[in-house]
Amino acid sequence: MTDASTSAHGDVILSHLTKSFGDFVAVDDLSLVIPEGSFFALLGPSGCGKTTTLRMIAGLEEPTSGTINIGKTDITYQKPYQRPVNTVFQNYALFPHLSIFENIAFGLRRRGIKDVKEQVDKVLNLVELPHLAERKPNQLSGGQQQRIALARAIVNRPALLLLDEPLGALDLKLRRQMQIELKWIQTEVGLTFVHVTHDQEEAMTMADTIAVMNEGQIEQMGSPADLYDNPETAFVANFLGQSNLIKGLIESSDGGSNIVSIFGHKISMPKSRSHAEDASVLVGVRPEKFRIQPAGTQMSGNILNGGVISDVSYIGVSTQYQVEMPWKQELMVFEQNDDGVPPLSKGDAVTLSWEPIFTFGLDGKEDASAGSEAHPDED
Amino acid sequence: MKTATRWFSRNLIRIYAVLGFTYLFIPVLYTFVFSFNNSTKSNLVWRGFTFNNWRNPCGAPDVCNALGNSLKIGLLSTAIATLLGTLIAFAIGRYAFKGRSLVNMLIFLPMATPEIVMGASLLTMFLNFGINPGFATIVIAHVMFCISFVVVTVKARIASLDPRLEQAAMDLYADERETFRRVTLPLLAPGIAGAALLAFSLSFDDFIITNFNSGNVNTFPKFVYISAQRGLPPQANVIGASMFIIALGVVLLGQFVGRRRNGAI
Amino acid sequence: MALVKARLNRKRLWPYILLAPGLIWLMAFFVTPIYQLLTTSTQTPGVNIGDYIQTYRFANFIDAIVGARAQFLRSFEYAFIATALGLLISYPLAYAIAFKSGRWKNTLLVLVVAPFFTSFLLRTVAWQQILGEQGLVIKVLRGVHLLGATGHLTATPFAVVAGLTYNFLPFMTLPLYASLERIDPRTMEASGDLYANAFTTFRKVTLPLSMPGVVAGTLLTFIPAAGDYINAELLGNPSTKMIGNVIDARYLQIVDYPGAAALSFILMVTILVMVMLYIRKAGTEELL
Repeated sequence: MTDASTSAHGDVILSHLTKSFGDFVAVDDLSLVIPEGSFFALLGPSGCGKTTTLRMIAGLEEPTSGTINIGKTDITYQKPYQRPVNTVFQNYALFPHLSIFENIAFGLRRRGIKDVKEQVDKVLNLVELPHLAERKPNQLSGGQQQRIALARAIVNRPALLLLDEPLGALDLKLRRQMQIELKWIQTEVGLTFVHVTHDQEEAMTMADTIAVMNEGQIEQMGSPADLYDNPETAFVANFLGQSNLIKGLIESSDGGSNIVSIFGHKISMPKSRSHAEDASVLVGVRPEKFRIQPAGTQMSGNILNGGVISDVSYIGVSTQYQVEMPWKQELMVFEQNDDGVPPLSKGDAVTLSWEPIFTFGLDGKEDASAGSEAHPDED
Repeated sequence: MKTATRWFSRNLIRIYAVLGFTYLFIPVLYTFVFSFNNSTKSNLVWRGFTFNNWRNPCGAPDVCNALGNSLKIGLLSTAIATLLGTLIAFAIGRYAFKGRSLVNMLIFLPMATPEIVMGASLLTMFLNFGINPGFATIVIAHVMFCISFVVVTVKARIASLDPRLEQAAMDLYADERETFRRVTLPLLAPGIAGAALLAFSLSFDDFIITNFNSGNVNTFPKFVYISAQRGLPPQANVIGASMFIIALGVVLLGQFVGRRRNGAI
Repeated sequence: MALVKARLNRKRLWPYILLAPGLIWLMAFFVTPIYQLLTTSTQTPGVNIGDYIQTYRFANFIDAIVGARAQFLRSFEYAFIATALGLLISYPLAYAIAFKSGRWKNTLLVLVVAPFFTSFLLRTVAWQQILGEQGLVIKVLRGVHLLGATGHLTATPFAVVAGLTYNFLPFMTLPLYASLERIDPRTMEASGDLYANAFTTFRKVTLPLSMPGVVAGTLLTFIPAAGDYINAELLGNPSTKMIGNVIDARYLQIVDYPGAAALSFILMVTILVMVMLYIRKAGTEELL
């Protein structure tokens, strides 16, 4: 089985990949390059097509059309066992009848590798569980099973490692710890990782590049910071963190900035961060970028007057305010509790301000709530 | 007084269970006790304790011949029915095909047909075709009524098998054959073994269908039925009791092995 | 492209290859015999004894049913009582194993099946002797005058029904256990939390959730009980004969093949119709 195809390496190239089930198009003309050696995340709500994409790369699903390449090798129609691709399955899929050692050795033995024991021991050390080799999978905790599933895949040193919601079954604390560990292991072994998840925090923590998927297509792709700071669509703005999106009209331009009128207020927005197609725009501001002061306080930057606090939640590191604006929109404001000033109260009249460079602009025809409901913490 | 009633009502279900098990085991106990009865012919009245029957289980005429036939028939029918039933269970559990409901119906019908009807109809056919009933016709009949039970048992096991385990094997460089041999089959083995055990006990215990289709071949249940008219020799009790012990041993061993495989021990 | 198509065809053929041997067996040794039974049922006696010729005499069915009406009805009556008793005995037993047995669960399950391993006939003979004239039970009952000096337990309808009930008990208990075991005990706690007392919880939550087990168990008891003749033969008397005894006698003793075939066919169809109606009524068609 160690033919030319298994030794394929290079970037993973998906081109015009489409998969339909009857009338339903799960993945719609997807084209994508995953650079060799990167930690790549496919992020999206359940049903967005990310798992189908992953299964097509693994060979568990045949594409309706389009191709999948690793470097120069076309693997689109190869069987799963013919591709240099391994998967860490959701819920791990460890073989219950085999010991941990035999689980990890499974792929090596099928490929007729000689020094099985040495390689298994090495990878068990890497995941820091060498003492569990003779146990059975159901004697292990969730976190341990997760690491064994990872070890079972990376011991084969595939050109591409696929992770299907690998941390979904773990509790929050363990998940945090595993995020850091996974990232470290990826750097250590230097393999290409493709990570599928609906958890934006998980994707942001680990991935070099994130592709946000929605309805079978890629909404936006980039580094975690790019996506967060400068989202191009309302879906990305709402799915990755929270956003305030306010309707406005671009009135004029002033050097590198657009001047936008929103309900009588004039604000400025860098042209480079505007993705509007015409004058109609959705002005976006992240909740933590706002500053909030009692009405009448002198403030700089973009300013919105006339807000009234409609709700206050004190959550320790910060206080979250809901502010009702004169045009009946509720804006979300996160204020760090680092200034010793007691939080404002419900009913207080306030003014909001922010630095113009934090503003981003979306096309005015977009649905401002896109992606905000699609924010489940579980599938 | 009050605590007594409370204890009673709280443990009602347990008391009931104990009574239920007692009811279940009375005839078994009787069979055991009377296997030690020192009687030569009729085993109706207690005539004192002896090990003779256990020392010489073939002491009564024809009993071991009947037992031997039953074991041979049981093993052969079990092997064939388990193979055929497992294949059907695979087709139903793993493939989409036309005529599925017809197949399900054909599997269900033998389980919903009284034994006497199956026995009578098979004999009718054998007579119509001029086939003399004997060893072969018994095996044919036993395989026929065991298949459905094997299908149902194995199908349940296939349904509870996580498809991701097989996908994981394929992902780890095992082709279709290797995946079947190393993952699918070992994981289904307990279900198939259970189905085989069930088939064997159904075959070994069957009287009605066998009685119709056995001709002159004697089986253990047939032996018991015929001897019961004039008094059952204690050797029959010895064999019944031994079967009980052996079967119990097999089941307990199976559970032990199963738990070991899953690492619970 | 041709290769892909050939592969697809083979893939489509696979299930039929797997099905073929078993289904052929069932067609040859279940369906064909039933068909033979049907053709035999309309034959009439020929010149020699035991010879029959096809005359399509459908009146055979009427003759058969008229001749064996009492035994026919008795079979269903006994089977019905045995099934009801079996349910009453097995349900608490299965419930206790599923919810109250703790770490003894597997042991108790084995114990339910265990009696099944001593031969069905041996157990029935054992009952015959336990309850018989020389058994202990009858002496005690006569001693305390619960039974007259000439009273007896075997050769009574009571003994037949008791035997039927006993012999099919594992078939009732196991499916009941299987469906009770699948119930999340928290649903019962939730019911208690929502103001239902123990009885209401059972009636509104536990029982409906265990219905698949009830249906499977009652079917697996009723069907063999209705066709059984061993219990009636060993524990009954001439006035407790069931339809199985009649078929057995007509076939193997009187050699009246058409009569026996007609009765068998009527029995099979009656049970099938009842089963279908029952399954439909209970809303558990997925059992099929």
